[in-house]
This record gives sequence, structure tokens and C-alpha cells, in this order.
Amino acid sequence: MIKKRSRQEMARRLAADIPAGSYVNIGIGMPELVAGFLRPEDEIILHSENGILGMGPPPPAGEEDPELINAGKKPVTLLTGGAYFDHVTSFTIMRGGRLDLCIMGGMQVSEKGDLANWSLGRPGEPPAVGGAMDLAVGARQVYILMEHVTRDGGPKLLRECTLPLTGRGVVSRIYTDLAVLEVTPEGLQVLDMVDGLSLEALQQQTEARVYCIR
Amino acid sequence: MINKFSESLEQAIAGIPDGAVVLIGGFGGAGMPTELIHALIDQGARELTVVNNNAGNHETGLAALLKAGRVRKIICSFPKSSHSWVFSELYSQGRIELECVPQGTIAARLQAGGSGLGGIYTPTAYGTALAEGKETREIDGRHYVFELPIKGDFALVKAEKADRWGNLVYNKTQRNFGPVMCTAAKTTIVQVRECVELGALDPETIVTPGIFVDRVVEVPNPELSS
Repeated sequence: MIKKRSRQEMARRLAADIPAGSYVNIGIGMPELVAGFLRPEDEIILHSENGILGMGPPPPAGEEDPELINAGKKPVTLLTGGAYFDHVTSFTIMRGGRLDLCIMGGMQVSEKGDLANWSLGRPGEPPAVGGAMDLAVGARQVYILMEHVTRDGGPKLLRECTLPLTGRGVVSRIYTDLAVLEVTPEGLQVLDMVDGLSLEALQQQTEARVYCIR
Repeated sequence: MINKFSESLEQAIAGIPDGAVVLIGGFGGAGMPTELIHALIDQGARELTVVNNNAGNHETGLAALLKAGRVRKIICSFPKSSHSWVFSELYSQGRIELECVPQGTIAARLQAGGSGLGGIYTPTAYGTALAEGKETREIDGRHYVFELPIKGDFALVKAEKADRWGNLVYNKTQRNFGPVMCTAAKTTIVQVRECVELGALDPETIVTPGIFVDRVVEVPNPELSS
């Protein structure tokens, strides 16, 4: 019986790959869990697109400041050495290629690194993109943290995305509950898999081509 | 003597005509000039085009302006939240036009509008639905989308302190779109928690120089919301 990684385990697995001293933007949702696994001594500096570098954890109850929030509009804190700035500066950091890494959730990723994570493309629903497209093109590395398959068991790692794209060829790695995969010209290279899972079994749940270097 | 201090919210907000393009600062509730927006509702201008990152939450500030039926079109990056029911209802009824723009592209278009540029080429949104029908260009092997400047007739911005010349400092993540919106409007109206004497602000820490600011009104205890 294969034991899938829990959300916490997925976040911990990703956090272990972030080099000390990196500048990182963590997206809303599951990626937020990654922050809990960063070691303070590594001084991994978190960026929030509404104008923070050196973002700290949420404040204790009762100490929230409505003028100190993160991109998800939740109260946060500022670490010693942190800075505030305006949107032009913040997106200069993002589009200007200063972020070593951004971590986002995903709806679909293609084997070419195309990312779909902002819209289900349903008619009548207002489009809402936020900063996702800026992060997708701007960060040096884009890591996607998501379940390997949909709730119905359908593939999310595809030959071609079917949902509206956030960016083309932008994803470097995908961290799922089954595996860690690197986007390469030959397809998705498996960096690791959960215990007991075979490449064949992984391929069955992945429309994109997967391969291992042995 | 230059004195940009207004006596009241009513005086600060005066003169906004129907059909104006109004840049409204804030990211969610942080930096939203709630009292200026409520004064704009009382002032009565209609058919407005509003630029903001979001589309209002609950029923105060920007959401109240929408609910009052004053906004014809909104330009924003993220109109959806768990509390954006006012916008959602207007949108589903076809009573408001939405232009969804990536967050960084809003900032860059405002920067272009404020700094006299005719537009920008951005890599953001290239190859996506938000770039459909737009001019593109390849520069040094990378693909870019052309975007026009955004200019406002008015900007409504919230800051922490101002002096009578209109120099501004901000508080934490309240800053967000404030500084760039101040540059991109013909008339910039700012609410601050505190008006201070000329010389009380450290020149090294002034974020928005007063040249970008036309009117300032003091709101010592602003409503803060998420």
C-alpha cells in the first residue's frame, strides 16, 4: 500500500530544497505551510507582493494590525531587518528577476512547464489573477505545490494544459503527494517518489511523460 | 503660502464629476481611504471608472461605492474574496464592467501614466487569455505584451502623516498603490491620520513628495477593515 505525502509532508519536502539566504515568495493556500518548515538560522527572506520583504509569522491573537497584512490579506508581522515598500518596487523585485523562488499552488502543469492556476475558465465567473502571472514570469524558479491528481483521480500533470494559462514554460519543479518532478526538455524527471511507488504506477496517474535517471 | 490641508472631507472630495476615472489606493483594507470614499458617495458623482487592486469587501469603502451604484467600470487584479458579495452580485447582473489586469501590470501602467510614458512592454500575461488581442513584441528573445498607461482624473489615497505642502509618509503595508497613484492622477486627494507642521517630517523618509499631492484631509481615527 502506497502512503501518500500529507500536505505538511509535501511542504516540508519542498522547504528542505530551499537554499539558505534565498528570497522567496510564498503563494496563498497550501504554499503557506512551507513557511512553518523554514529554519530561522537559514535567513530565507519571504516577500509579499503587497510590499514586504522579511515577512514574519502571524501575530498572537489580539496583536493584529490591519495595516500589516500579507498577499492573502491576513495579518502578519515583520522580522528584524524587514522592509516595507510600494507596489512599483514590489513588482520591480518580482518582474525584475530578483526572487530566487516563488511557490504557488497549481490546478494544472504541462510537461513543458506551462502553468494553469488562476481560472477554471467557467463562463460568468469574474476573472481574478492577482499577482500570479507576474510571479510566474518573474521569479527565477517557480515551484508548484499541489496534489498529484484531481479529486476525481484525473491527471493534473498533462501533455498540454486545458485550463486558462497563468504562464508558458515557467514551472521548474512540481512537489506532489506522490513525487517531486523537474521540468526538462524530455518530460518530467522524477527526483524522488514516495516509498513503494513504481515509475509505471506514477506514469499511470500522470498524463505528462515521466522518467527517472538511474 | 501653500496650504493643501482641507477643512473637511466634503471640501477635500469636492469637484469630482460624473464619468471621472478615480484611482483608489489600498490592497484589501490596508490603505483603503474609506472615509474619502464615503465622502464621495455623499458627494454624488456617478458613472465612475475605478482603479483598485480589488473590488471591495463587506459593505464599507469601495464596496459601499459599488453598492450605491456609482461605478460603471472597475479595473482591478483580484475582484474575488470571501467578502466581495457586492461586486459579485453586480457582476452577475451585468451592472458593472470589469477589466481584470495582472497586479504588477496595474502598477506599471500607473507608473507609465504618472511618468509621461506612452505605455509599457511587460512579459506578464504573454501567451495567456489576458493578453488576447494585444500587441506583442519580441525583445532580446523574450516575449512582451504592450499595455497602455492608466491615468486618473482623481486619486483617493490613504497615508499616515502629511504636512501642508502635501509631503507624505505611510504606515506599513498601507503604502501599496498609494505612491504610484499619487503620481498618476490630475488631482490627488489624501486622507491622513495626522497632519503635522512643515518640517516635522524627516526629508529622508518622505515617500511621496508633495508635488504629487493636491488636497489633504485629516481623519484621526479611520475605520480599519480587512
